[in-house]
Amino acid sequence: MTKSQLNEDASPATRSVLEARALTRTVPTVDGTLTILDDVSFTAGRGETLAIIGPSGAGKSTLLALLAGLDTPTRGEVALDGYSLQGLDEDGRAAVRAGRVGFVFQSFHLIPALTALENVMMPLELTGEPRARELARDILGSVGLDQRLTHYPAQLSGGEKQRVAIARAFATRPSLLFADEPTGNLDRDTGKTVERLLFDLNRDLQTTLVLVTHDPALAAQCQRRLSIDGGRLVKDERS
Amino acid sequence: MRAFRFALSGIARELRAGELLVLMAALSIAVASMTAIGFLTDRISRAVALQATEVLAADLRLSGGRPLAEARLVEAETQGLSTAYGINFPSVVFSEQTSTLAALKAVSTGYPLRGELRIADRLFETPRLAEQIPAPGTVYADAALLARLGIDVGAQIEVGALVLTVTQVLVYRPDQNPGFSGLAPTLLMHVDDIAPSGLLVEGSRANYSQLFAGDPDEVAAFAAALRENRPEGVRIEDQAESGSQLASAIDRAGRFLSLASLVSLILSAVAVAMAARRYADRRLDSAALMKTFGAPQSFVLQVGVWHLLVVGVLASAIGVGIGYAAERLLSSALSGWLRGDLPAAGWAPVLPGVATAMVLLVGFGLPALLRLGDTPPMRVLRHDLEPPPPGIWLTYGAALGALGLIVFWAVPEVNLLAIILGGTLATSAVLVLGGRGLVALLGKLRGQVGVSWRYGLANVARRGGDSAIQVVAFGLGLMVLLLLTLVRNDLLDGWNATVPIDAPNQFLINIQPDERDSIRQLFSEAALGEVEFVPLVRGRINTINGLSPSEWREQGRGAWRAGREMNLSWSATLDPSNEVVRGEYWSADHAGPPEVSVDEDIAAEMGLTIGDQLAIDIAGVERIATVSSLRTIDWDSFKPNFFMVLSPDGMEALPQTYITSLNISENQTGVLRQLVRQHPSVSVIDIDAALAQVRGIIQKATLAVQYVFLFTLAAGVVVLFAAIQSTLDERRFESALLRTFGASRRVVLTGILAEFSALGLLAGICAATGASIIGIIVARELFDLPMGLNPVLWFAGTIGGLLLVGISGTLAAQGAAKAPPVNTLRGH
Repeated sequence: MTKSQLNEDASPATRSVLEARALTRTVPTVDGTLTILDDVSFTAGRGETLAIIGPSGAGKSTLLALLAGLDTPTRGEVALDGYSLQGLDEDGRAAVRAGRVGFVFQSFHLIPALTALENVMMPLELTGEPRARELARDILGSVGLDQRLTHYPAQLSGGEKQRVAIARAFATRPSLLFADEPTGNLDRDTGKTVERLLFDLNRDLQTTLVLVTHDPALAAQCQRRLSIDGGRLVKDERS
Repeated sequence: MRAFRFALSGIARELRAGELLVLMAALSIAVASMTAIGFLTDRISRAVALQATEVLAADLRLSGGRPLAEARLVEAETQGLSTAYGINFPSVVFSEQTSTLAALKAVSTGYPLRGELRIADRLFETPRLAEQIPAPGTVYADAALLARLGIDVGAQIEVGALVLTVTQVLVYRPDQNPGFSGLAPTLLMHVDDIAPSGLLVEGSRANYSQLFAGDPDEVAAFAAALRENRPEGVRIEDQAESGSQLASAIDRAGRFLSLASLVSLILSAVAVAMAARRYADRRLDSAALMKTFGAPQSFVLQVGVWHLLVVGVLASAIGVGIGYAAERLLSSALSGWLRGDLPAAGWAPVLPGVATAMVLLVGFGLPALLRLGDTPPMRVLRHDLEPPPPGIWLTYGAALGALGLIVFWAVPEVNLLAIILGGTLATSAVLVLGGRGLVALLGKLRGQVGVSWRYGLANVARRGGDSAIQVVAFGLGLMVLLLLTLVRNDLLDGWNATVPIDAPNQFLINIQPDERDSIRQLFSEAALGEVEFVPLVRGRINTINGLSPSEWREQGRGAWRAGREMNLSWSATLDPSNEVVRGEYWSADHAGPPEVSVDEDIAAEMGLTIGDQLAIDIAGVERIATVSSLRTIDWDSFKPNFFMVLSPDGMEALPQTYITSLNISENQTGVLRQLVRQHPSVSVIDIDAALAQVRGIIQKATLAVQYVFLFTLAAGVVVLFAAIQSTLDERRFESALLRTFGASRRVVLTGILAEFSALGLLAGICAATGASIIGIIVARELFDLPMGLNPVLWFAGTIGGLLLVGISGTLAAQGAAKAPPVNTLRGH
């Protein structure tokens, strides 16, 4: 893989961790081409927190998928941690993500067959980390789950599951973390705890945090808010 | 290696959670059915090999017309082999009243090295095992010899210059010749008595033998050394020679059983495919997640393949265990089929069993798993995204390839392979179509029934394809069991009914013409009625239509026994157990050129037609007989019958013996004893015993096949479970929905019961139809028996199917009805 031309001249301190340029995604339908995302460009720097907000159907999830390299844009380009995803096949994009990108989902997406510890070990093992078990144990401890290591997802509460998911997302100390409605399935109090955890870890590890959320309170905690509507970036607001 | 570690950490949990149980069960059944048969045939082959050595009474036998070097015995003993030796020759033996020619068999201590000697304390008493050979000065004489000499145990006989005491009746020795020649009167004596008897002098005609037995490798080495330096005029025999025919028969039987187990293999394969598909479906989320976190396609695939491999290895181990246990059960049920205890089976059948599991996994499980690699990582955000379905060529090609491999292993003949594969595909297609038709028909009924039943029947119709496969799987298993139990009994009953109760059970052979009157009188005094003597002449076909048997064969026709000695008969009238199907039987007062009536099947084999001329040599006189009629013979009459019967024309004057058959009840056997005393040269053959043996073998053979098809039924149950498991999530959701709308658990359970009872009923109908059709065809074509529809078959089939599938299906799916609706709806 080659470093992105987009970032070539940037100094390490100012280099953007996430860069989207003119991202467009269209799908063919019976009524003609439907544009889901239209010419979206922005960059995010190291340790920055950024919320993508907008009404249902605005194109938030499509943007998240393109940013993470889970899907490919019709036009435009994405660079993750300085690596361009353009022209890479699925395995190439996975290789860019490995160890650099973490994910937290609304419905947790823990692997039911693995214990809490094994779930957190998974991304570490994928990067070939020899101390996977130790590191996973440490980070589960830091999210307050050191008593739940051998529990399976079915034996955990919703808040605990999301804490395991956060531990898993941060296990590889990624440069970038994508979170899709991370508190959407949780009650208020648990949601607050999870939010705090996300922002604490973001601060401690200098991870760039990209959140997709409907929750204005959660979005307000981020340094930047990108509003998407009708597939277009309509507002880029900093606090 | 990372993928392996990763796979291993997950699989333990998945095994515990029962996710892979159906896959394991399907594979285990396939392996168990393959290995059980493998173990059994391996064990029987070993028993046969042992019995083959019995024919020699040793592992290795040397024989020749001159005394054999004693040094060889010493040499063998130093190599750790056990040895014995013997001399056989004919000699006249004298009792006080009379004398007769007997086959003398003198043996040394240790004889027989293999097999056992059986003796009785008195004539016609229960035989027992002989612990040793007769001591010097004593002999064991067989019944025929005692009868000819008019003596019993305890009498003294003269053998050459010696007077020896008969201490036992010789009932059986392992190396006696099979067939009628084994009935020659025999005297077993100690070899030390030969020299003092003065019977053998220089140039005497005798057969000398040396016997060796021991560790197979040592015997083989000894035999090889002997063959390299074979003394002139010495014959070397080992078990490979004597056992090869039996071994090939066992091999064929093994192949037949493997073929029978193919049905369970095919059903297991269906279950493997279903279970693997469900397993892959349930792993899609994990695969998407792994890819999201950076795992390459190959890693995701490797994890899946390792899972399959681990399951394959575990299932093989379980299957081999079950197979071994099943074989133990089977062989204890079959005990007595072969004489003596069956030796333990070896481990050779394990390999084909494990290979079967792997082939099934690769052919039927892997295609579903290959999809995992293509799972779009986007699935983590959009759950409805799925990998593209596996290519049709990959799925069906792999399955057909795997099936072909397995069938080819069971029957390594390409033609047969094509027939079986084609037949399987065609039968499956017909069955699935039939199953679908029944399922569709059932769907139409749902308007007529209550809510639970409507729900159940709707499910059967909605899962049309799966339902049809289940109907076929159960239908096949049930059908075979019905065939092997009810239809077999019908056939045996039908056959028994054709055998008259007073059918002859004893055959008397070797009756001399001048003995007929006294035998007739003996039987009439015993109130056994009129005896009919059928003449038996030995003859040989020299030419057919002037052509020698080899020239006749060159014309592409069979020559049956032409050119060899065979048994013929002659008669003025046609026996009632025969029916002329072509030509005309000669009149009772026929006096003209000789004619011959030939059995229809033999005529077909030899390509004979009416008017053909056979030159038959009887006692050195050749007579030309014209084929004037073809007959069918009712062998069930148990009367003496011959493939070739000649017209009387001057036959009476030729040397011949007579043969007769009669029914003698158990309390009339005294007359047989009297007969053997008065007519020692007449041999008595007990058909009852032979028939009982045949019936026993049929019974045991069907038992073996039944066992094999129990695996089929088990495989059918696994298919059911695989199908239920693949719909379990859906069922849970539906049941939660129904219960949310106020349906009681009973209503939901009744719906499930309705669904599986309907499937069972359909399977039962399939089974009863198939069993009836096959039963009628087999009865008409093979047994020539009339057979109609058996109502019990339909009753047993439908009720059996209803209960079996209804109960097991409901049990397997009831969990869906039990789950609290709130959990399910939230989780969905």
